[in-house]
Amino acid sequence: MSHPDLREPAVLKEKLVVIGNGMAGCRAVTEVIKRDPHRYEITIFGAEPRVNYDRIMLSPVLAGDKAFADIVINDAAWYRDNGIALHAGSPVLEIDREAKEVRAEGGIRAPYDRLILATGSDPIRLPLPGADLRGVVTFRDLDDVEAMLAAVRPDGRAVVIGGGLLGLEAAYGLSRRGMAATVVHLMDVLMERQLDASASYLLEKALKERGVETILSAQSEAIIGAGGAVKALKLKDGRVLECDVLVMAVGIRPNAALAKAAGLTVNRGVVVNDAMTTSDPAIVAVGECVEHRGQTYGLVAPIWEMCKALAETLTGAKGDYQGSALSTRLKVSGVDVFSAGKFSGGVGCEDIVFRDAGRGVYKRLVLEDGRVAGAVLFGEAADGAWYFDLMRSGAEISQMRETLIFGQAATEGLRGQDPSAAVAAMADDNEVCGCNGVCKGEIVRAIQNDGVTSLDGVRTRTKASASCGSCTPLVEKLLMATLGSAFKVETGPKPMCKCAPHGHEHVRRAIVDQDLRSMPAVMQALAWSTPDGCSSCRPALNYYLLCAWPGVYQDDAQSRFVNERVHANIQKDGTYSVVPRMWGGLTSAKELRAIADVVEKFSIPTVKCTGGQRIDLLGVRKEDLPGVWRDLNAAGMVSGHAYGKALRTVKTCVGTDWCRFGTQDSTGLGVKLEKHLWGSWTPAKLKLAVSGCPRNCAEATCKDIGVVCVDSGYEVHLGGAAGLHIKGTEVLGKAATEQETIEIISAVTQLYREEGWYLERVYKWMARTGLERIRGLIMDDGETRAALARRFAYAQSFSQADPWAEITDRDGGGDFAPMAVLPMEFAAE
Amino acid sequence: MNAPFSLQGTTWRDVGAFDDVPRRGARRVRVQGGDIAVFRTHDDRLFALLDRCPHRGGPLSQGIVHGHAVACPLHNLTIDLATGRPVGPDEGQGCAPPVPVRVEDGRILLACGPGANGR
Repeated sequence: MSHPDLREPAVLKEKLVVIGNGMAGCRAVTEVIKRDPHRYEITIFGAEPRVNYDRIMLSPVLAGDKAFADIVINDAAWYRDNGIALHAGSPVLEIDREAKEVRAEGGIRAPYDRLILATGSDPIRLPLPGADLRGVVTFRDLDDVEAMLAAVRPDGRAVVIGGGLLGLEAAYGLSRRGMAATVVHLMDVLMERQLDASASYLLEKALKERGVETILSAQSEAIIGAGGAVKALKLKDGRVLECDVLVMAVGIRPNAALAKAAGLTVNRGVVVNDAMTTSDPAIVAVGECVEHRGQTYGLVAPIWEMCKALAETLTGAKGDYQGSALSTRLKVSGVDVFSAGKFSGGVGCEDIVFRDAGRGVYKRLVLEDGRVAGAVLFGEAADGAWYFDLMRSGAEISQMRETLIFGQAATEGLRGQDPSAAVAAMADDNEVCGCNGVCKGEIVRAIQNDGVTSLDGVRTRTKASASCGSCTPLVEKLLMATLGSAFKVETGPKPMCKCAPHGHEHVRRAIVDQDLRSMPAVMQALAWSTPDGCSSCRPALNYYLLCAWPGVYQDDAQSRFVNERVHANIQKDGTYSVVPRMWGGLTSAKELRAIADVVEKFSIPTVKCTGGQRIDLLGVRKEDLPGVWRDLNAAGMVSGHAYGKALRTVKTCVGTDWCRFGTQDSTGLGVKLEKHLWGSWTPAKLKLAVSGCPRNCAEATCKDIGVVCVDSGYEVHLGGAAGLHIKGTEVLGKAATEQETIEIISAVTQLYREEGWYLERVYKWMARTGLERIRGLIMDDGETRAALARRFAYAQSFSQADPWAEITDRDGGGDFAPMAVLPMEFAAE
Repeated sequence: MNAPFSLQGTTWRDVGAFDDVPRRGARRVRVQGGDIAVFRTHDDRLFALLDRCPHRGGPLSQGIVHGHAVACPLHNLTIDLATGRPVGPDEGQGCAPPVPVRVEDGRILLACGPGANGR
């Protein structure tokens, strides 16, 4: 639509005024000039006293990788050559829409025919006490970078509030300058608007390797100063983080103040239509100050797209901005992170997940209706642009689904080939096993030259697939392609669940050997194929981690079966049963009275004696549980763990206290054992009994662990069962004293805790690992026994707190009640 | 999502804050005729189903939430949160009717009224 040839230089040009000398404003002008170089006489106002520079590159400037001169987009010559009047350092004070004139500081006035608002955004400053101290900065412009650099000194410390893109880049930059940097983030996932928990976990690790510490789920309380300068950040949990500079990078807010004062329509940002026009047809807006279809943007790619639409509008065409799909990359050197679209899935979406523990790679593609809807890539993000293209073009991907996660090269190279042909087509130096760096050629040579015929053989000979196991299918295909029908797929140990190919043994060992201390760590290291596991593996992992890292691992309630989450037993109608602990089966008038009161107060329909010598209250509504517990606690009773993979009861007979046949104080020993063992989590439920003589009234010989007292001491029994399977115990050994008995039982319990597979009862563990072996460790090796007992006692120091009291103390158990009660009907039939 | 409802005559009721529902967990909303379970998945999506497993009526709100599914606490059927239907070996065993749910300004809104009963 331009007519440069018809235009006389003397013709009066339209006046285009731009408020904002940043990336959006200057890019908009560039796009306008590109379309029609002679149409406008252009004036730009900028609040910063400098030419236009690339704000995105401030991170490398902070890190010392670039200088300011490197990031200038338009130098003084550009303004001169295009006849643009620049008022840098002259903030605009007012837009007079009546007079069509802009008024700036220093009395500058500029009349306009068309006006571009490109006022950008302001960083949000948290209103914390001490926020105005010297050394508290945001991360938005060159002044901020200079303020940060001024605070840099050897052995200095920096704290950054905000674990988003900018916050992490600021922390990394400061760390590169030699500061010890710590990022404090409110959420439990870094960059939660771009990453899922798995990618965040890897990012946390990568940052730590680069000297940046992260503290998640941390709320800032106050900034502490001395002599007017920042000294430390205090968190709500009481921690104090010393620092010489504190960066707030908690988000941006569209700067729409001028537009609002001028009476334009403003919500969160300046509202524009698809042509980028505001509610005043003479005024257009672009960039971070804009709200388009309810959306505001803080990334550069959508802003470039807006600038094009706006330039069309200003040069007589019809600008048509349709909103932007977003993709993000983090600029921390050596850390490859990419995120786009619906990175965390959604209704009707499917995930394809790939993990390579050896290389620290995590890739997650989200598919919807046979198309790419989003992606998170960590550790290997080269294909990000390709996935983003597939996403934006809405390409149908069902034909390449099998190889899609391996990227563009793999997919386009192998298209149309069947999987075994694809394996045959791999080059000899293509890597198969990332963990151990094994190429295809090595594996094929092992098969052809060394007579290897099995997966295990390949693992022994080459180490391929011997670590995380994620390349197992590929190794099997190589065996098949090389050996033909001579190869049969073996069945290894039964996998824990469908999320990973490993058996329990492998997972337990990896947690300890590889120092894996969180669920995301396990899932990454062992190449889980799901983002968050399933209802089979999560409870198992939670137990294994708890057992391996007492006092370190944070128990995950959402990975526990409902009974262990609400500390009661779910019944067929959705109500619960409550069983208070009665030590060794003993109770008192006070306890019985409290139980009777609770039954009446909460209208509990059924009261029954259990087989474990205690009282079961059945039919308690979930919302009544905290109240029931509070009353039982008040009478001195605690949870009986009747619901858990944990110590249940220690059943006793009356022993020498009352019985004419009793040989030892079986009741007293039972109480001591229960006081020693209660609260511990075990692979499956754990039931004990102590009988005072071989008549065995406490039925100790069908319990997981039993004690039968005899004249000369105590027989310790192991591995009984009286449920689905009936099994009498085996004698583990004999002890002379109560103290020795307790040590033996502590030690064998700990051995079972460390070796048992989740849901494996003691008798199955004993059958699998051998009674003789267990006896050797517990009865014949005093040192091992003492060490096991010590480890048990250490673990117990973290677990002997009544869960009922913890819940009612924490929040009164408020979340046990429905979160709302609505008067209307939602009848389902 | 193609909700299997007509949303005509629907009102949206505020039932609580998004943060009241634990990640990979659920809360209940009491209505006449049964509870509604509001689930929050690992990726912070919300789903709502009638809190009644199609198998034996188990309270799905008390199950383990994984992916976009929940394992019923009574007999471990896996229920797809988007459709309310069992998946895997128990496919075809009926449905826990979904209820439209959305989040606005950190508040959870449930669809109520005619058409929103998930029939």
